[in-house]
Amino acid sequence: MESTIQLLFNGISTSSILLLIALGLAITFGLMNVINMAHGEFIMIGAYSVYVTQHAFSLLPGAWFDAYFLVALPVAFIVAALIGLLLEWLLIRFLYGRPLDSLLATWGVGMILQQLARTIFGAPNVAVTSPAWLNGGLQFGMVVLPYKRLFILGMVAVVLLLMYLYIYRSAAGRRMRAVMQNREMAGCLGISTRRVDAATFAIGSGIAGVAGCAVALLGPIGPSTGTYYIVDAFMVVVLGGLGKLIGTVAGAFGIGVTNTLFESWTSASIGKVVVFAAIVAFLQWRPKGLVAMRTRSLD
Amino acid sequence: MERNVRKKRVNMFLLLALALVMVAAGCSNGGNAGTTANTGGENAAGEETVASGDTIKVGILHSLSGTMSISEVSVKDAELLAIEEINANGGVLGKQLEPIIEDGASDWPTFAEKARKLIEQDQVATVFGGWTSASRKAMLPVFEELGGLLWYPVQYEGLETSPNIFYTGATTNQQIIPSVSWLLEQGHENFYLLGSDYVFPRTANMIIKAQLEAEGGVTVGEEYTPLGHTEYSTIINKIKAAQPDVIYNTLNGDSNVAFFKQLRDAGITADDIPVLSVSVAEEEIRGIGADVLAGHYAAWNYYQTTDTPENAAFVEAYKAKYGADRVTADPIEAGYIAVYLWAAAVEKAGTTDVEPVKAAADGITFAAPEGEVMIDGETQHIYKKVRIGQVEADGMFKEVYSTPEPVKPDPHLTGYDWAQGLEGQ
Repeated sequence: MESTIQLLFNGISTSSILLLIALGLAITFGLMNVINMAHGEFIMIGAYSVYVTQHAFSLLPGAWFDAYFLVALPVAFIVAALIGLLLEWLLIRFLYGRPLDSLLATWGVGMILQQLARTIFGAPNVAVTSPAWLNGGLQFGMVVLPYKRLFILGMVAVVLLLMYLYIYRSAAGRRMRAVMQNREMAGCLGISTRRVDAATFAIGSGIAGVAGCAVALLGPIGPSTGTYYIVDAFMVVVLGGLGKLIGTVAGAFGIGVTNTLFESWTSASIGKVVVFAAIVAFLQWRPKGLVAMRTRSLD
Repeated sequence: MERNVRKKRVNMFLLLALALVMVAAGCSNGGNAGTTANTGGENAAGEETVASGDTIKVGILHSLSGTMSISEVSVKDAELLAIEEINANGGVLGKQLEPIIEDGASDWPTFAEKARKLIEQDQVATVFGGWTSASRKAMLPVFEELGGLLWYPVQYEGLETSPNIFYTGATTNQQIIPSVSWLLEQGHENFYLLGSDYVFPRTANMIIKAQLEAEGGVTVGEEYTPLGHTEYSTIINKIKAAQPDVIYNTLNGDSNVAFFKQLRDAGITADDIPVLSVSVAEEEIRGIGADVLAGHYAAWNYYQTTDTPENAAFVEAYKAKYGADRVTADPIEAGYIAVYLWAAAVEKAGTTDVEPVKAAADGITFAAPEGEVMIDGETQHIYKKVRIGQVEADGMFKEVYSTPEPVKPDPHLTGYDWAQGLEGQ
């Protein structure tokens, strides 16, 4: 019983990280049809932002240090969003409607960003010290719920809520959906599609930066940090179905929980193989994913 | 007009992209410590000097780019330091050593190709290089075919001897087997084996399981994760369920960061279940965080804190040349002493020809930073002391155990009854 609860919690926790990483992709890939291979590098940028913020705070009086992570979150979002904006302006805007070209170009950008990180921070990993209030966990008998994972769960919930409000409840979100569904018509109605594109891409990148903060708490921070997660994140978006927030959520939890279950029954390598095989089989059956968007413009 | 503006913009963008690419390319060359440029120049110069006969060319072949550069650049630095010191002391056979640096680029076919180039084209007297077993296995046939000589500086899974390779890192009976015995002596009987999914951890764990069976330990679990794996909560769950006394860790690379962080978050400290690692050295501790690793163990032959006068001088020289924030570690030291051992063998043989050097190498000793080492001519490995270190809060190791004498290398484990039959696997 206890181990089942722990297993379930692990599954949900894995899913939440996958979801956070996939959310940014869901925007750029699902809504804008840009295959952003540099998404992992935006995660890396977020992770390094945490590292830099931590350094800045270590110069301040000691009592302030524990608060650094709360500051690192907006910093990571803003830094990643600004670099995303720059990338959109320099490159992506020439590639709308050309998914394959965007794949190759952003892959190159990803390599450049990795090399830049290597030049600035050095090739080896850097270490972040987690704030004291994130160490340890809630303990119920044998079950331990680490504070870090609980914090990440909360963070994902907040990001999801904000995204929902932005996309479905704000004027800017309505313009965004309009442009994604029918660019020409939206343009005719007076929406600046250029500005919407730029804003959307920046938000997607910013969320990747926030995902980088979560990753920094759990794993390594190095030039290739983001690349470990990128395949799984694409799987989530494709499995969930393009263009729907709820699909991404379903995809993340589907993959995260099944991955954890299979991993505990078999081994890490076999678990992953089984999950990927299951995804491929599922997409044969329902090519549009778990939640398909009902629109004519996608055909 | 509109179109012109647009065209201009596209051109500008292309220029910018080009500039970025060039910056990136420049950086990666910079990371190679200017070796590409150097090599060309020294090559040209080398042709002349060989004719006049006052230098000896030696090859240095490590990954200076790609995923393994993290580890191998430091070893290359140590080998260059040794060459510089030897040259400052009058060189070998009265001649200066001239390093020819090649980049294996973390790619095994490239290692084989560059090894061939060093031997055939540059006609180097010997090569120092390699890190992963895959790179060594790729270079081995080239050195055997062309009669070259390779000095390999990293601990490895053993069960190999090549007439053309000298091994200055530990083989399994100089790292893994004594560390397992030590853990058993400390009263840790239930072992959980965790490793990355490739040849070294799998071979190491095969040996450990046989040893535990023979010496009275129990393997309570065994797990492998893909290289680069970062999600360890499920495995930590399994570890908790198996209730081991100790985790024997053969994970490689970044996975160690995720594993140790998540182990601590799950509430498991070194007091509850200590972890003994064989691929976590000083350099890795910097990237994982000493606070997360404090109290855990590692098995090596050398630490930056190893207390010998030779080591004090070595650490000082390394930091003076490459920066005060740099640390030394076991493979770095093994690369450094490889150069000295080869130089001593050449002096003894009176020539750089491979066969006489090999014959002369048997029994050569050197006062290394790790203590006195000696070449075993039969296996072409070296006698080394085994040391268990415990990570301290400052990221350095405190030595908690060391074998009294250097251990004779036994790559094929002929001295262990329980290891018979492992050979063929």
